Amino acid sequence: MTTLANNIILRGQGLRRYFPVRRGFLQRVMGWIKAVDGVDLKIPAARTLGLVGESGCGKSTLARLILKLDEPNEGTILYRDRDITHLSREEMKPYRRKMQIIFQDPYGSLNPRMTAGHTIEEGLRTIGLKDRDQRRRRVAELLEKVGMPAWAADRYPHEFSGGQRQRVGIARALSVEPELIICDEPVSALDVSIQAQILNLLRGLQRDLGLSYLFISHDLNVVEYMSEVVYDKHLNPYSDALFASMPVPDPAVKRIWQPLAGDVPSPFNPPPGCKFQNRCPLVEDRCRAAEIPLYQANGDHLVRCWKVLGR
Amino acid sequence: MSHADRNITGTPEALAVPARRARLQESWILLRRNRLALAGMVIFLLFFAVAVAGMFLTTGTSPALDPNLVRLQEKLRPPLSRANLNSLRPEEVPKSGVYLLGTDELGRDVFARMLQGAWVSLTVGFVAVGIAVVIGVVLGGLAGYFGRGPITVAGVLAVLLLGGAAVAAGTLPGSLRVLGVVVAVALAGVLVLLRRRRPGGLPSFLGLQILTVDMLITGLIDIMLCFPSFFLILTVVALLPASIYNIMVVIGITSWMGAARFVRAEFLSLREQDFVTAATALGVSDLRIIFRHMVPNAMAPVLVSATIGIAGAILAEAGLSFLGFGVPPPHATWGNILSDGKNYLFDAPWLTYIPGCAILVVVLSFNLFGEGLRDILNPKLRERH
Repeated sequence: MTTLANNIILRGQGLRRYFPVRRGFLQRVMGWIKAVDGVDLKIPAARTLGLVGESGCGKSTLARLILKLDEPNEGTILYRDRDITHLSREEMKPYRRKMQIIFQDPYGSLNPRMTAGHTIEEGLRTIGLKDRDQRRRRVAELLEKVGMPAWAADRYPHEFSGGQRQRVGIARALSVEPELIICDEPVSALDVSIQAQILNLLRGLQRDLGLSYLFISHDLNVVEYMSEVVYDKHLNPYSDALFASMPVPDPAVKRIWQPLAGDVPSPFNPPPGCKFQNRCPLVEDRCRAAEIPLYQANGDHLVRCWKVLGR
Repeated sequence: MSHADRNITGTPEALAVPARRARLQESWILLRRNRLALAGMVIFLLFFAVAVAGMFLTTGTSPALDPNLVRLQEKLRPPLSRANLNSLRPEEVPKSGVYLLGTDELGRDVFARMLQGAWVSLTVGFVAVGIAVVIGVVLGGLAGYFGRGPITVAGVLAVLLLGGAAVAAGTLPGSLRVLGVVVAVALAGVLVLLRRRRPGGLPSFLGLQILTVDMLITGLIDIMLCFPSFFLILTVVALLPASIYNIMVVIGITSWMGAARFVRAEFLSLREQDFVTAATALGVSDLRIIFRHMVPNAMAPVLVSATIGIAGAILAEAGLSFLGFGVPPPHATWGNILSDGKNYLFDAPWLTYIPGCAILVVVLSFNLFGEGLRDILNPKLRERH
């Protein structure tokens, strides 16, 4: 675990992104949606960090913050120990090509009026590949790398299936030779059989090119498959419940079913204290009182729960 | 190795690529199903051909059909009547020997005049709508893409100074003019550049945000829409010298609001699309994102509103000419043929019916074609087939 700490490609510290809620004639700010509220994360080089969460909990906002497509209200982003939080467009340019993103929706992620080849060429253009023939050759290489034939370059997105589009999206991300790829639920819109192909492709690319992934998903099986490090001992009751809700693909296995009751707290003015208090089976008064400190359980495993603190 | 195994090792699913059907071909198939739109397109193309042919036939030193040749002895002849060879000098006889659409109160050939008027309608329609679309796409695009950008006190002052410079250039005499322009432009430049480079060097009230780009442009659109546009055009045209170019420009700058709204709405939804985010993440420039990714995807509704806008512009020009504010008299337009003809409504009804029906048919065909185009370019409809 300690070796990992020395080789962190991207580090986020205390990231917060609040969106103002405006109401009324004067558009006064009535409150804040706390989409990302104090996130610390470290993405290890050439490895995968899995990010799991319910829909609407700010996973994609975090991805946008890391890519600098949006500015955090608070916190810093360090890329290989260089602070990139407040870089201008021009200063950001060399970092753009280091970090790329793969999207969830294979339909919205490709421009319907551009061929696959032109889409991939955009990236080649931004890294200064001026010669047209060279670009075409590189496009063919990239397509091959993601398991597509070279002639796919002349096709439009509507001529591809969902999995094929996702491959084109991956080729576009690879075009600028990034070190880190943020995979924002890359397989949740695909059929299960195709999910496996795309996941294998991503793993293969990681092995061949030494890519780091921030892998965002709400499917624990997928995250488990992609990530090398899965903490086997679930320390807080939330992850306990999450892992317990994973279906087991074996009809013979009998499970004690303990569904969670209650609702996800509203992101508009969430209650103080633990974010899981509405649904936690072990909730106590102090969980509702104040923020709970982050506690190092073992190695890199951090937990924010009184139960783990054992006090 | 079995098939299932191969699939798990990451080879793509069978590349079942549908037979490649070009977009244009698909559009054509959809158009053929829509009879009214097809009829609209055919009439539109016919009108285009007639107007272009008419332009060549009615201009030049000795045109095949002279729209301005007065033959008083042949006035108010009904359509298809033969020219009276006894009373006309040889050069006055129309080339075909027949007045296809009759003659007017001065004995001018109505067919020739209609041809000349068709060219006027066509150019007014296309140029006015072209101006409207350019203004609409630029303003709508600005509002949609840079809409959240703030406009500060400094920005407003800079614009006012530049406006002042333009006024000074127009009104002040001699050396004072040069001085005024230079001072105003320099001050505006200082405001803009200093604010960008060293925001601390200027009084802080200059940085106060009063508006956003979006608020300014949507406000402008709403204000323009408040005016009944025909009367606005009428007022402006009454103040300007009568000329066909003034009319084109005035119709253009009073009818860009629809296009601007469409483009703004499309841009607002497009800028949230993943492919635009991907382009930003790749480091593609704003200009390239706008023109390669957003404009092509936003053009469909603009094209539709432009087609219907052409019909509106033709109608507006005809209306202006009918009221006597249009193209100056010797030149024929459908509106002024109609206007001149109304005095002879009972003696020579063809003088009103012919231009009236021509306007009706052309405007209707543009509207039908525009509506058909809207259905064809709608991707939701496309996928159903």
